[in-house]
Amino acid sequence: MLITVKLFATFRNGRFKVAGQALPPGTDCRTIVLSLGLTEEEIGVVMVNGRHAALDYVLQESDTLSLFPLVGGG
Amino acid sequence: MTKLLTFPVKQLTGGLLAWTDQCAAVERFGLNHAAVEGLALEKGLLPARYQRNQHMISVAEQLQLFRSRIAVIGCGGLGGYIIEELARLGVGNIVAIDPDIFEEHNLNRQLLATPHNLGQAKVEAALKRVNEINPSVTVIPVRDFFCTANGRELLSGVTVVVDALDSISSRLELAEICTQMQIPMVHGAIGGWYGHVATQLPGDTTVQSIYRNWVEGKGIEKELGNPAFTPAVVASLQVAEICKIVLGRGELLRHRKLSIDLLEMEIQEISYDGPAKVICFPSCENKPERAAK
Repeated sequence: MLITVKLFATFRNGRFKVAGQALPPGTDCRTIVLSLGLTEEEIGVVMVNGRHAALDYVLQESDTLSLFPLVGGG
Repeated sequence: MTKLLTFPVKQLTGGLLAWTDQCAAVERFGLNHAAVEGLALEKGLLPARYQRNQHMISVAEQLQLFRSRIAVIGCGGLGGYIIEELARLGVGNIVAIDPDIFEEHNLNRQLLATPHNLGQAKVEAALKRVNEINPSVTVIPVRDFFCTANGRELLSGVTVVVDALDSISSRLELAEICTQMQIPMVHGAIGGWYGHVATQLPGDTTVQSIYRNWVEGKGIEKELGNPAFTPAVVASLQVAEICKIVLGRGELLRHRKLSIDLLEMEIQEISYDGPAKVICFPSCENKPERAAK
């Protein structure tokens, strides 16, 4: 299946803003996070098609996955 | 009392109560500025300092702001700008909570920090600043950590809570107490070029959802720090939300979060699931008349 991965803020450094990925059916968000060299602790928001999603969400054909880093300063 | 109420009316210029006349009323009747401003607004008189508000905020709404009590949790990067804007907006009561003193590394961004007040409590600086810019605003300084143990007492009688904390665990504690106490909460967080804002009303658990993947530690702010402009942007968005909650106007950032990237100048909106039950807030009763447009 084909999905789109969008990265935001510091996750773009040394990676990309947007990329298409061909993945086997059943791939979840966590697998993609780890394949990008990111850790679960760094993740702030996981968004699929504009809506908040869990890391164990299983992606569907033509989904758009967006990943934002954790932000907590004041 | 009758004298007091008629006094300012005689002084009106263009329907506005000038600052010098407010001061004269304070002196003549032995009241404080807050009492005079409250009486003026109740009589439908607008203190002249708010004259550039009057076509977007009516006198009745200005009174609504004056009667509100906003708790600002954290008086650092976000909190400094939030307190400044709330005081200029004319929010009547600000509970400023922060355990810290100013240190040199605060000077790059924290509005209340100056070389002269290094070593002094942030909440004392907040009190002094608000007294300088709008003496009609009452500040209740609380030099303490906000936590579950003191939270209920500190937030008693509060209209809206603003999250200007710098720790995710404290934010989650705050969100939990706001949920229990049914108090609206405006959440903001920053790190480097980036920040986000969201509003949660009683019954919502948006802040808990925002940090659902969090296990421990800080976010990107640990590496990036914070510059001068990011807290100003996010704090201003938070104050706009507070103003709308108090007045019951506009569209809130409810069930959604704005994620702001000032490096690429991009704003993203992330949707969060709606609550199990819909709670109308503020209630439709006693809504003051709105300003034209």
